[in-house]
Amino acid sequence: MDRRKFLLRTSGTVAGSLLLPRIGIATASADELPAGTVASSALDTMPGKRPLVRRTFRPPNFETPVEVFREAYTPNDAFYVRWHSAVPEVSLADWRLRIAGPAVQTPREYTYAEIVRKFKRAEVAAVNQCSGNRRGLFSPHVPGVQWGFGAMGNAVWGGVSLKHLLEDAGISAGALEVVANGADAAMLTGPDFVKSLPMWKALDPGTLLAFEMNGEPLPAGNGFPARIVAPGWTATYWIKAVTELTVTDKAFDGFWMKTAYRVPKGMFGDSGFQSQDTEQNSPITSIKVNSLIVSPARGATLPAGRRVEIMGIAWDGGSGIRKVEVSLDGGASWRDAKLDRDLGRYSWRQWHYGFKPQPGAVTVLARALARDGSTQTEKLVHNPAGYHHNIVQRADYHVA
Amino acid sequence: MSRKVSLALALAALVSGGGAWAGESSVQLAQGAGVERVQAYCAICHSLDYIVMNSPFQDRVGWDKTVTKMVKVMGAPITPEDTTAIVDYLAAYYGKAPQ
Repeated sequence: MDRRKFLLRTSGTVAGSLLLPRIGIATASADELPAGTVASSALDTMPGKRPLVRRTFRPPNFETPVEVFREAYTPNDAFYVRWHSAVPEVSLADWRLRIAGPAVQTPREYTYAEIVRKFKRAEVAAVNQCSGNRRGLFSPHVPGVQWGFGAMGNAVWGGVSLKHLLEDAGISAGALEVVANGADAAMLTGPDFVKSLPMWKALDPGTLLAFEMNGEPLPAGNGFPARIVAPGWTATYWIKAVTELTVTDKAFDGFWMKTAYRVPKGMFGDSGFQSQDTEQNSPITSIKVNSLIVSPARGATLPAGRRVEIMGIAWDGGSGIRKVEVSLDGGASWRDAKLDRDLGRYSWRQWHYGFKPQPGAVTVLARALARDGSTQTEKLVHNPAGYHHNIVQRADYHVA
Repeated sequence: MSRKVSLALALAALVSGGGAWAGESSVQLAQGAGVERVQAYCAICHSLDYIVMNSPFQDRVGWDKTVTKMVKVMGAPITPEDTTAIVDYLAAYYGKAPQ
């Protein structure tokens, strides 16, 4: 019996919630993810990846086991995978990037070799977080991919600044948005997955056309050969296998902009994307301040009377993390966790907190405070699409 | 088909990335009226684990909204009659228990 068959058979007969911790993944507990999600998920391997938590086979949606986040940068073979349609097959030799549109002065077409020869290399360490990360933990549940904690990762992205490419083509005065399209195609007559960025974000020197992740070519599942990196913004804008940039003088009205990936107006502050705001709603844009308790795994048994190190991560949309606080008394008092090295304002920040637990049980709460003054919410800010789950984190442990 | 050949085919499907994946045939839906239509139509575009994953928290209205979106937005070629049968099935087998 091969590994996949074993996992499927086991997950069909044993509750997945029991299966997953036994094989060593920290994940949301069964009472948080929908029962169907727990029953249908399993560790599974897709090409070029180590076993990840499979949410769906086709299109492939695989999340990173929480324990992987002990590493400052998420290894490429452990980085989550999320597609709206089939992963396109692109050869680097045939790949081209076209820049055109009504607000472009000189339409361009580049090969990979031309781009690396002509433009200065740029790098940014940044969290890539799916807009729907933690959707599965929403109460009440909302439909969509039922992600736990692992639809995210942190990497050093290498490539060129999008700004330099756009300036090479020449931007007209009326330019409003840059529309990015990838080699993937819609199924049937559905809408192609296409997203736009406002000019200020497209021209931010940190916004890249990236060919590399952690010093290696992008895996196919993460957008080979080139993807947009929009640091601080959710991954919906990080178009994978990008082939076309269209600079427009009008707001792009494709389905994935005007209908999907929206949040109620004002619920999460200013979107920073005025041309896409309506009376009712706004596009989801920047990542909200957040944290995660990574280890020990939730539900683990800690040794009584011996020093235990709680390790976690904290990140936001780019202001940087000011501090992380931990409470061992249900939120009555908070103490500062020790922040590890700052890897850049778009990277997550690892943190540690040591204490000696007393026999019985202990609940650890963690919350991050960003440099812009924002902090995590105590209650879920419920919204129809299941975005921005950033409630104060909680891990329950046994102590013996 | 030899074991080697079927393994090669499975690998080819994997390498093509996101195409029909041998593993997805392992997703078993509950038997019941309408299941054939669900299998035939929904699996044109996506593996059937999407259904199990999104359960059992949607009521009939919720499933109707999902299937309608698949038809109207995503272009699923499902007749109104089949749409009703599919929504009935989803609500019955993957729907929220009545309160």
